[in-house]
Amino acid sequence: MATQHSRASARLMISPSVLLLLGWMLIPLCMTVYFSFLRYDLLSPGTEAFTGWDNYYYFLTDPSFNDAITNTLSLLVGVLLVTIIGGIGFALLLNLPAWGQGIVRVLVIAPFFVMPTVSGLLWKNMFMNPVNGVFAHITLAFGGQPYDFLGQAPWESIILMVSWQWLPFATLILLTALQSLDQEQLEAAEMDGASWGSRFWHIVLPHISRAITVVILIQTIFLLSIFAEILVTTNGGPGTASTNLTYLIYVQSLLQYDVGVGSAGGVIAIILANIVAIFLMRMVGKNLDK
Amino acid sequence: MARAITTKQKAINTAVIWTLGLVMFFPIFWLIILSFKTESDAIMAPMEVLMSGWTMESYDAVNRRSDYFKFFSNSVIIALGSTFLGLLIAVPAAWAMAFVPGKRTKDILLWMLSTKMLPPVGVLIPIYLLFRDTGLLDTRIGLVFVLMMINLPIIVWMLYTYFKEIPAEILEAARMDGASLGKEVLYVLTPMALPGIASTMLLNIILAWNEAFWTLNLTAAKAAPLTAFIASYSSPEGLFYAKLSAASVMAIAPILVMGWFSQKQLVRGLTFGAVK
Repeated sequence: MATQHSRASARLMISPSVLLLLGWMLIPLCMTVYFSFLRYDLLSPGTEAFTGWDNYYYFLTDPSFNDAITNTLSLLVGVLLVTIIGGIGFALLLNLPAWGQGIVRVLVIAPFFVMPTVSGLLWKNMFMNPVNGVFAHITLAFGGQPYDFLGQAPWESIILMVSWQWLPFATLILLTALQSLDQEQLEAAEMDGASWGSRFWHIVLPHISRAITVVILIQTIFLLSIFAEILVTTNGGPGTASTNLTYLIYVQSLLQYDVGVGSAGGVIAIILANIVAIFLMRMVGKNLDK
Repeated sequence: MARAITTKQKAINTAVIWTLGLVMFFPIFWLIILSFKTESDAIMAPMEVLMSGWTMESYDAVNRRSDYFKFFSNSVIIALGSTFLGLLIAVPAAWAMAFVPGKRTKDILLWMLSTKMLPPVGVLIPIYLLFRDTGLLDTRIGLVFVLMMINLPIIVWMLYTYFKEIPAEILEAARMDGASLGKEVLYVLTPMALPGIASTMLLNIILAWNEAFWTLNLTAAKAAPLTAFIASYSSPEGLFYAKLSAASVMAIAPILVMGWFSQKQLVRGLTFGAVK
């Protein structure tokens, strides 16, 4: 049993982490909320004034907000679909007996370790460039007309890049979950005449369902904040065609110096993320009890 | 025991998974190929690129850029600094929560996790302004602090899940034998916890190295790491594919190697111990 003495020292050992995180979270959070009610332009300092809900009104009725929220959500859904379905497929295949599994696994997960700026520029220049890219060369070789990916379909192209980065993550997690599946259970089901489909549906899927939930929720946190890929490829354009919420707030506050409106956007981003967070906390919390 | 698999079936499986692996890896493979080409060869059709001669000139060109080493050392300092500082603060906390769990331990852990849900863009402006006013903008110490803070919840959680696996009886035995708290930590806990600490360290170096929101927004010329250096190629002049490739290969190679070594830990760390 823990003694009084060890309790006190435990508290002492935990407090630096707690205090730092508390400060890190509360101070900027309060400032963002405070700024969101101010007219605050970095270019004309000293003219800050309380404006009530004006910043929110401006941010929410700005035409780019529609694009930003649609893009944020479509990237989320698009990448999740690709990575979950693809990840389950990859994990099932990588779990089959084959030669060189270890090496293939290493090849498959490699994109996850590529820094976002490299991955953005790599796809933009070496693959999607309509003149010099690999895709353009291949299209030309087959007599086709090269396609300007980032000009014609900027958001879809970014969804492709981000999926390439996150598919390895989903694969790795789902494969880990799959490997803890009891093979004898599967064999017993097979001997009883269960088809591949029903074995997958009734045994494999329930077994990896928790891992799938974890993948969805963790990716969601990161996908809501995609930034560098947009910055180095399209700068949010053409127009606002490839602007997401994170990028829009960045433009408002650090490029247009409108701290008030940027902060209102920040508060909205926080609310959006919190809706997601509630689900994640519940699930991980349940896991702690085991 | 698993059933015997026919060689033919195994050969088919092998062909399928190798195709998958090569397709996923191809962009990185292509980056490596282009980095060994001249600029004019690098923009040719794929077959011609492969047939053309090999050269190290792009690596030379990137290394000759007087500032490349600065970006690289900034990356190293920021990644290592934030990781070590994070461990320094997190090890005691995780130790205490794993071995002296109180009523609120679970709440504290969940709350720490919840700070990770705060979208960075929600606090970008205050942090930017605070950094500007305190002179921390574009300094390595500022970035070390920010990256330490954003990864601290992951470090605490990961260490906690490792520490929890150390049997508490061993610590009790040491205590009964008269070991002080300091000795207990130094001679009993540390050797058993070292593998966990090492994998936590590895994962966090990877995360800090690749972090590209704060590093891009809080740096300009002095403290910019490799993420920002690579981003500077987004507005290129003239031919730059080979140089971009060489710079990118040098930026991702160390982390790629580390990442391959820490596959398993990555799963545990990024799922907060929910999948092992």
